[in-house]
Amino acid sequence: MNVKTDHNAGPDHLEESLRAGEEPDAAAWRRICHDLAVRAEAQGLVDVAVERHDSPLGPVLVGATSEGLVRVGLPSEGEDAVLADLADRVSPRVLLAPRASVTEARRQLDEYFARRRRGFEIDLDWRLTKGFRRDVLQATAQIPYGRTASYTEVAADAGRPAAVRAAGTALANNPLPIVVPCHRVLRSGGEIGSYRGGPEAKAQLLGLEGAV
Amino acid sequence: MLRFCVGRLGPERAEDAFQETMLSALRAYDDVRDPGAIRAWLFSIAARKVIDAHRARMRAPQPTEGLEPLTGVQDAPIVDDRAWEAVRALPEKQRQALTLRYLADLSHREIAGVMETSESAARRNVFEGLRRLRQEAEAR
Repeated sequence: MNVKTDHNAGPDHLEESLRAGEEPDAAAWRRICHDLAVRAEAQGLVDVAVERHDSPLGPVLVGATSEGLVRVGLPSEGEDAVLADLADRVSPRVLLAPRASVTEARRQLDEYFARRRRGFEIDLDWRLTKGFRRDVLQATAQIPYGRTASYTEVAADAGRPAAVRAAGTALANNPLPIVVPCHRVLRSGGEIGSYRGGPEAKAQLLGLEGAV
Repeated sequence: MLRFCVGRLGPERAEDAFQETMLSALRAYDDVRDPGAIRAWLFSIAARKVIDAHRARMRAPQPTEGLEPLTGVQDAPIVDDRAWEAVRALPEKQRQALTLRYLADLSHREIAGVMETSESAARRNVFEGLRRLRQEAEAR
């Protein structure tokens, strides 16, 4: 809290004692926020329900609209940046709130990381990507578990074989990493290439799938 | 925001007002035209919820002292409650101005916006409130 000086501040500590003291303790604050989220969700006031999910890559943000999974935020992206982006591009009504579709996505992510799941069966909300970029990501979604494709192949599958660079941009901005497996797209020479979550995360996912 | 509600209503009733404020804000978020003024906007909603809570309290039969469940918001005090007891006894305008100034940390101009008054009136309400609190402290 910034301290502003008042002309009428006396020599006593009145103003100081009026300023807010300690924060509510963490447990109480969590409970209050949880109650609020449950009530907001019940009243249909949450446009994007988000939960944090612990994964071997680190904490991942999982966000869903009423239409489906809309965003998976990788640890390297920064939680605040992901939330701000959702507020900006979907709706400011983003809340850490419990929602069945998010819980289901988290359950499937756990299975994936435990090597008990090879594909995701979740409704996806593609609104954060449009046009050719969306075509590229939908082509990427067809790459089977444990296999890889090149940027050139993905560009061709999306209908524009020459647009390799644009395909790279689409993959770099994948709003649904892991679920839409952009980590399976490599450079033509087999080099790992870049990844929204960093090249280490990409290698980790490919290693998990036994693709490298 | 929660501290603001505690300052205005005391700990037992603060949480409801806080929740109602946030739910109203989510309902009305389309009204926000200037994202820079979002704090003042939120606190103006909270100020209305506090008034609603006061009205509800006046209409409701007063519970016998001690029977009302103390759903303490927290163990540690988040405001200096002795100081705020005195604030709660002030006239409404001064009480609201002091709360917006010291719990919501709003500028005099923002307070004027929330209270729908002029900046100088907001400044005067803060000043008068402080003066009365000092007087009462000396009288004790």
